[in-house]
Order: sequence, then structure tokens, then C-alpha cells
Amino acid sequence: MAAGSTYTPLATTTLSSDQSSVTFSSISGSYTDFVLVAVAGITTQAGEAYQLRINADSGSNYSQTEMWGNGSTASSNRRTSQTYLFVGGSRVGSQLTLEDQFTLQFQNYSNATTYKSILMRQGAAATGTLAAIGLWRSTSAITSIVITPTNYNLKSGSTFTLYGIVAA
Amino acid sequence: MANTYTLIASNTVGASSVASVTFSSIPSTYTDLLIKLSTRGDRSAANAEYFVKFNTSSANFTYKLLQGNGTTAAASSSGSQGLAGVSDAATNTASTFANSEMYIPNYAGSSNKSFSIDSVMENNTGGTTPPIYAYLIAGLWSNSAAISTIEFYPESSTNWVQYSSFYLYGIKKS
Repeated sequence: MAAGSTYTPLATTTLSSDQSSVTFSSISGSYTDFVLVAVAGITTQAGEAYQLRINADSGSNYSQTEMWGNGSTASSNRRTSQTYLFVGGSRVGSQLTLEDQFTLQFQNYSNATTYKSILMRQGAAATGTLAAIGLWRSTSAITSIVITPTNYNLKSGSTFTLYGIVAA
Repeated sequence: MANTYTLIASNTVGASSVASVTFSSIPSTYTDLLIKLSTRGDRSAANAEYFVKFNTSSANFTYKLLQGNGTTAAASSSGSQGLAGVSDAATNTASTFANSEMYIPNYAGSSNKSFSIDSVMENNTGGTTPPIYAYLIAGLWSNSAAISTIEFYPESSTNWVQYSSFYLYGIKKS
């Protein structure tokens, strides 16, 4: 008997031109968790960050605790009552060469009873590595996510792939 | 059949220690690669860092490291090495192996290769003796070639010991 699915690809996007954001919508509620894997860049390097919103929620419903190393300094930070999650923080660079890699794990995303936790790993060898836990204070099932740079555009060639994971 | 983590190859060290473990002839048909490692080395110390080569080359690697030892967090970087993790070694608690995971997205593409590594040791002792580490690594191989060979080797010409295991998985996006 064939083994059950583990990482099942749900959707993938490779940008054919620079654009302001990437969205995954109509995310199936049939999985237990889902994971977004991305290798990306932003069109301008100065002080940028990748931002995540869920279900188009622009309210102050996001918070996170992060740990960051830039090659010389280790630091930790908390962000509370944000209007989005910072994926990678504002100190990530090397965006021009599509070297920003991040993995976001959305745990138990389709339930309608708990707030949603997101495990985040992000890094670029030229600037640093980050691990964070994010919280979206909503009991709604997650049906869409959007990734947006702080000020500029996602660079052409950036890739984003969504995988679903079933518990059993 | 739906795409999953597909096991491409595995290697478990036998009774004779080995200087390195290599995955070769990696097919280019997947999107990303994931390597799971459980390791112990024979370096005469509590821990041993280990390194990676892509396509037999140790050149053109850079990384940023964030590490913790239970009391202190520190950061460092290198412009010349393919640091791939930290492992238990000879003087650490017996029968204890470090766990690591290396993720390489778009390994067969034509851009430079970013990768991330989580690598942890543990032996349930307090304080910093023996030294135990958790490593988070952001790595880059500045080479546009598709990765077809991956080699892991411990520092200072030491070896992997018996039961160290390495599993290479391919992940497809469609």
C-alpha cells in the first residue's frame, strides 16, 4: 500500500516580473499544517523586510518573538500588536541576488477554535539568520496569506511554494 | 501518487568510522533537497563542527551563524567555509548523537544556492560543561551550478563514528 502524503504541493509561484506582493488564496482546509518555502529578493536593498498578512487582516492582531544573528551580534526582540508579521526582520539584505530564504510553518491552521502560531526561519548568508515564532490572534481558519516587502517590490525570479501536511 | 518527501538515498556509518559521507549523482528532478543528520564524531573533544562540499568543492561558501550554549547566545560569520553544523564527539555523553536538518531550496536551479541549517546537541546536563550547542545557520554557495553531489565531513580530519546516519530527501513542488 502506498504511503500517505506528507508534504503535498498545493501551489507554487515564480515571479516573471517584479511585483508588489504574492498571494496564496483559497487554501484548502483539508490539511493539518501547511508550509511556505521561499527563495526571494526585493528590488531595493536598504532596510527592507518581508511582511506577512493572513486572511487580509490589517488589524493589530500580530505579534512575534525572534532571535537574530548578523555574524557578529546575537539579539532577541519582541514585536507586539503589529499589523503584520515581519518575516526575516528589517535587517535582511542581499535581496538583489535572490538569496533570502525563508520557511514558514503554519500549525493547525484550519481549526476555528485557537489562535494561529507560525514558526519562521529566515536567512541570507550576507546578512544573518533568524528564528521566530509568530502569533495571529484570530480563531478563524487560515484561507489566504500575502507576502509583501516593506516598501519596494518582490524581485522577478522569486519563488514561493505552498505545501500541505496531513497528520494522518 | 501525491508528491511527498521522497527518500533519495541514505547512509548509516558501520563499524568502521569514516572520514566523510557523500551523496552523489543526485537527480535534478526535485525542487528542493532536505538532509536529516544524526551524528557523532571521534574528535577528542565534546563536540565537533562539520562542513559541507557541493559538487566536490569547498570553495565559495559563506555563512552567518547564530548559536546558543544554554547560557549565552553568540553570532559569527565566515566568508570561506561551508559550515554545516555541530556534532557530539568522543568525550561527550556516550550513545548521544546530534540532530541536524539542512534545507536547500532550488538546488538544481541556475542561481547561487542559499541553504539553512538547524543543528543541535543535547546531553541533559546543566551549565556549559561539557559544551553543548544549538546552531542556526544561513549559508550560501556562490555557484550557479546544479548541486549533484553533497559531502559532509567533520573538522580537523576526524571521522564520523558508527550509527551516524544521513538521509537525503527530495521535495517536488508539483
